[in-house]
Amino acid sequence: MTIPLSWWLISATALFSIGLYGVLSNKNAIAILMGLELMLNAVNINLVAFGRHITPLEVTGQIFAIFVIAIAAAEAAVALAIIIAVYRQRTSINVEQLDSMRF
Amino acid sequence: MEPFVFFIFSILTLGGALGVVTTKNLYYAALFLIMSFSGMAGYFVLLDAGFLAAVQIVVYVGAIAVLILFAIMLSRKVMTRNEPLLNRQWGLGLATAAIFFFVMLAVPLNVKWPLSNEVSSGNELVQLGLAFLGSYVIPFEVVSILLLVALIGAIILARDTSDVEVE
Amino acid sequence: MEKLLLLTPLIPIFPLLAFVIIIFGANKNNKLSAWLAIGGIGLSTLTSWLVIAGTIMGGHHVQAEGWRLPIPWMPTGEIVFNMGVGVDGFTAAMLFMVPLVCLLIFIYASEYMEGDPRYARFFAYVSLFAFGMLTLVIADNLLLLFMAWEVMGLCSYLLIGFWFEKTSAKRAGLKAFLTTRIGDVLLFAGMLILYSYTRTLTFHELFKPETLEMLSGTMMWGIPVSALISLLVFGGAVGKSAQFPLHVWLPDAMEGPTPVSALIHAATMVSAGVYLVARMLPLFAIVPDGALRWVAIIGAITAFFGATIGIAQNDIKRVLAYSTISQLGYMMIALGLGGFLAGVFHLLTHAFFKALLFLGSGSIIHAVEHGAHHVNDHHTDPQDMMNMGGLYGRMKRTAWAYFFGTAALIGIFPLAGFWSKDEILAEAWLQWQEAGFMSLPFWAWLAGTLGAFLTALYMGRQIGLVFFGKPRTEAAAHAQEPGNRMTIPLLVLAFFAATLGFINVPFIKGGWLHHFAGEVHAASHALHLEAIPFQVSVAVVSSIVALGGFFLGWAMYRNLKAGQQDPLEKMLGPVFTVLKNKYYVDELYTAIFIKPTVKLATLCAKFDYDWVINPIVNTVGRIGVVSAIISAKFDEIVIDGLGVLGTARFFKWTGKELRLTQSGQVSNYLLTIALSSLTLVGMYLFFIRM
Repeated sequence: MTIPLSWWLISATALFSIGLYGVLSNKNAIAILMGLELMLNAVNINLVAFGRHITPLEVTGQIFAIFVIAIAAAEAAVALAIIIAVYRQRTSINVEQLDSMRF
Repeated sequence: MEPFVFFIFSILTLGGALGVVTTKNLYYAALFLIMSFSGMAGYFVLLDAGFLAAVQIVVYVGAIAVLILFAIMLSRKVMTRNEPLLNRQWGLGLATAAIFFFVMLAVPLNVKWPLSNEVSSGNELVQLGLAFLGSYVIPFEVVSILLLVALIGAIILARDTSDVEVE
Repeated sequence: MEKLLLLTPLIPIFPLLAFVIIIFGANKNNKLSAWLAIGGIGLSTLTSWLVIAGTIMGGHHVQAEGWRLPIPWMPTGEIVFNMGVGVDGFTAAMLFMVPLVCLLIFIYASEYMEGDPRYARFFAYVSLFAFGMLTLVIADNLLLLFMAWEVMGLCSYLLIGFWFEKTSAKRAGLKAFLTTRIGDVLLFAGMLILYSYTRTLTFHELFKPETLEMLSGTMMWGIPVSALISLLVFGGAVGKSAQFPLHVWLPDAMEGPTPVSALIHAATMVSAGVYLVARMLPLFAIVPDGALRWVAIIGAITAFFGATIGIAQNDIKRVLAYSTISQLGYMMIALGLGGFLAGVFHLLTHAFFKALLFLGSGSIIHAVEHGAHHVNDHHTDPQDMMNMGGLYGRMKRTAWAYFFGTAALIGIFPLAGFWSKDEILAEAWLQWQEAGFMSLPFWAWLAGTLGAFLTALYMGRQIGLVFFGKPRTEAAAHAQEPGNRMTIPLLVLAFFAATLGFINVPFIKGGWLHHFAGEVHAASHALHLEAIPFQVSVAVVSSIVALGGFFLGWAMYRNLKAGQQDPLEKMLGPVFTVLKNKYYVDELYTAIFIKPTVKLATLCAKFDYDWVINPIVNTVGRIGVVSAIISAKFDEIVIDGLGVLGTARFFKWTGKELRLTQSGQVSNYLLTIALSSLTLVGMYLFFIRM
C-alpha cells in the first residue's frame, strides 16, 4: 500500500515544529542554523509529497524542492561565513551577546 | 511493507531531529542532523523521487552537514566553556513549537485534497531535465547566479583580514 | 534550411547596435563610428546572404508560402496580436539589394563625409535608417512595417536637414517630413480600417481567400472596403515614393548629403512605397478595375511628368531626383497593371543603377568642389551642370561607372534596366493588345515609352554637359578624381547595374526571379503572375527611342560653351520655362495649402492672444491668485498646525515609547515572528475556514 498523503504531512509538520523549537530556543548560532535546515527540509517533504499525490504526472514539486535545496545551500554557506566572521571578531557565537543592534 | 519502511525512516528523521535540538553537545547535534537528513532521503525514495534522494544525500549530508561540522570545529573554543545551549526563552519557544504543531495538525486531518491516482511513468529525471531547461530555465539561471553570489559572499565574509595588513 | 532562416531577426539588429553604440559611446571618435556603421551593415549583409541561401535551399515552399516567426505582442484578452518577421522569395530578393547597397554607400560616405563636423552623427543616422529599412523588409505584418516606415521617415528628415545651417536644407527637411506625413496618415487610417474589419494585420492572414472575400463583399461609404483600404494604403505609398501629387518633397530632399540621396532618396526608402503596394497587391486586386486602376494612372502620370521636368533642370542631383520619381512611376505602372514581378524587378535593378548614378554625381560634385577650392573660387555652385564640362579626362573611373549607370537607366541591351523596363512596357503592351486602343494599358504604355525617350534625353544631356566638351569653369578644369573608398563602391555598383538584369531574362526558364519571388501572391487570382514572353516589338521600339533620345541629348549639349543659352530652351521656348519651374506645382501648393494655412494660423493666434482665450486665461489666473491666498492661510492654521506638526508630534511620542521593545536579541525577534504568524494562521483556520 502507498502511504497516504496525511502521514507525510503530519511527519513534515512534526519535523517543522522540531526545527522551530530549535531555532527559537538555542542560543548557539550554529544550532539555530541546524534548526533552520530542519525546517527547510520539512518544507521539502511537503512539496514532494504534494507533488506525488496531487500531480503525479508532473515534477513541479520536485523542481521546487531542488530550488529550495539550492537556496538552502547558499544560505548555509553565507550563514556559516557570517558565523565565522562574527566568531573571529568576538570569540563568541552566542546570539544573546550579539545585541548591539538595539536602540 | 511500505508503512513499515515509512516508520523506520520516520524514526530516523524525527528522532534525528529531536536529537539535534535536545543534545547538549554540538558535535552530536551535527551527527544527529546527518541522521535526520538520511532519513529524509529515504522519504524521498518512498515518494518516487529518487533523484531528489540522491541530491539530498549529496548536498545536505555531503556538503551542508560537513560545512556545519567545520564551523563547529572552527569555533570550538566556545564548546569547551560548557555553558547551557538553551537560551532564556526556551520554554516559550517550546510552547510555540508545540502549539504550531497542533494547529497545523488540523490541516492534514481536515482538508480534502484533490488526490490523483495516476502513476508517473518513472522517467522523472528526464522530466526534471526538460523542465529545468524549459519552463523553469530563468529561475534555474537565477539560482545559479545566486549560488555564485553566495560563494563570493561567503569567501569575502569568512576571509581572515587580520593578517592582510598594509604591505 | 529553416535554421538559416532563423537568423532573419538578427539582420536589422546590427545597424541598430551600431547606432546605439555611436550615439552613446563613440560619437567623439569619427573613424571608429564610421567603422562601427560599416561593420554593422556588413554583418547584416552577411546575415542576409545566409538567409537568402536558406530561402534558395528551402525551395518552392519557402519562396512562395514564406517562412514566419510570429511573436505574440500585447496579448489582450482573446485577441492575440502577432508581430513578427517573415521571409519569402520577395523579401529575400529585397534582402539581397538593401544591405548590399547600404554597405557600398556607407563605405562611399566614409570618404565623402570626411571633414564634416558631424561625421559621427551622420553614421549614427544612416545606421538607424538601415535598421528601419531592414525591419520594413522582413516585417510580416503591417504594424511593424509602419513602425519601420516611420523610423525611416524620421531618419530622412534628420538627414535631409543634416546641414541645418543652410536655410534651404532646414526647409527641405521640413517639407519632406510634412509631405510624407500626409501619406502616412492615410496609410495609418487604412491600417485602422483594415484592423477593425479583420482583427489582424499579418500579411498571410490578410491574404487568405475568405478574408479577401469578406473585405471585397463589405461596403463602406458606397465602395468595397478592400478598395477603400487599398486607396488609403496607396496614399501612403504615394507620399513615401514621391508619386504625383505628393512628389514635391523629393527634389528638395537633394539638399542632404549625396550618399543620403543615393541611399534614402533613390535606392531604398522611396522604394518602400512600391514595396508596400507590391506586398499588399492581392488586396488591391481583389475588386476588378478598382484600386489597381488608380495605381496605374498615378504611376503613368508620374512616369511621364517626372521625366519631362528632368530635362529642364540644371542641378545634377535634381535631374536624378526627377529621374527617380519617374522610375518609381514605372514601378507603379507595373504594379497597377497587375504585373507584380515586373514592378519588383525594376525596383531591384533601379536601386543599383540609381544609387550608382547618385554616388557618381556625388563624386563629380566632390571633384568640382575640390577644383573650386584649388582655384580659390567660392561662388561656383558645384552642383550646377552648367559649371562642369570635360570631366571625362579628369575622372575616368567615375565616368565609366556613370556611363554604365546611364546605359542601365535608359535601357540599353543587355544591361539591367533594359530587361526590367522592358518587362513593364511589355506588360502594358500585351494588355493593350487585349483591351484595345485608348484603354488604360495603352496610355500606360505610351507614357512609359515617351518617358523612356525623355529619360534618354535628359541623361544624354547630363552626360554631354558633365563629361564632354571643354570645362566651362576654372573649378571644373581642376577637378580631381576622389579616392578609392569612393570609386570602388561605384565600380561594384556598376557591375551590378550591368549584370543584375540576368536574374530575370525571359529566355532562361521564363525568368529565374519569376520562380523565386514571383509566386508570393500565387493565391491571388486577379494578378498576372505568369512570366511574360519576350516582346521583340517592344524591345525594338524602346531601344530605338532610348538610343535616339540619348544621342539627341548628347549631341545638343556635347559642346556647349560657357554662358551659351540652353539649346532645348531655344527649341521649346515657354514650354521649357514651365518645365524648369516644375509645372509650378510648388507655387500652386503654396497658394492653395500653405498660404491659407498660415492665414488660418494667424487668425487662430489673434483669437488666442487678443480676443478670447487670453482674456479668459487672465481672469482665471486672477481668481486663482485670490483663492491661493485664502488657501495659504488655511494651510498655515489647519494643515500645518494640526495635520503636519500634529502627526509629527504623535509619531515622535509613539517612537519614544515603542523603542523600548527593541531588545537586540535575535531569539526574541524570531519568537515574535513565529507567534504572530501562528496567530494569523490560527485566525485563518478557525475563523475563515471553519
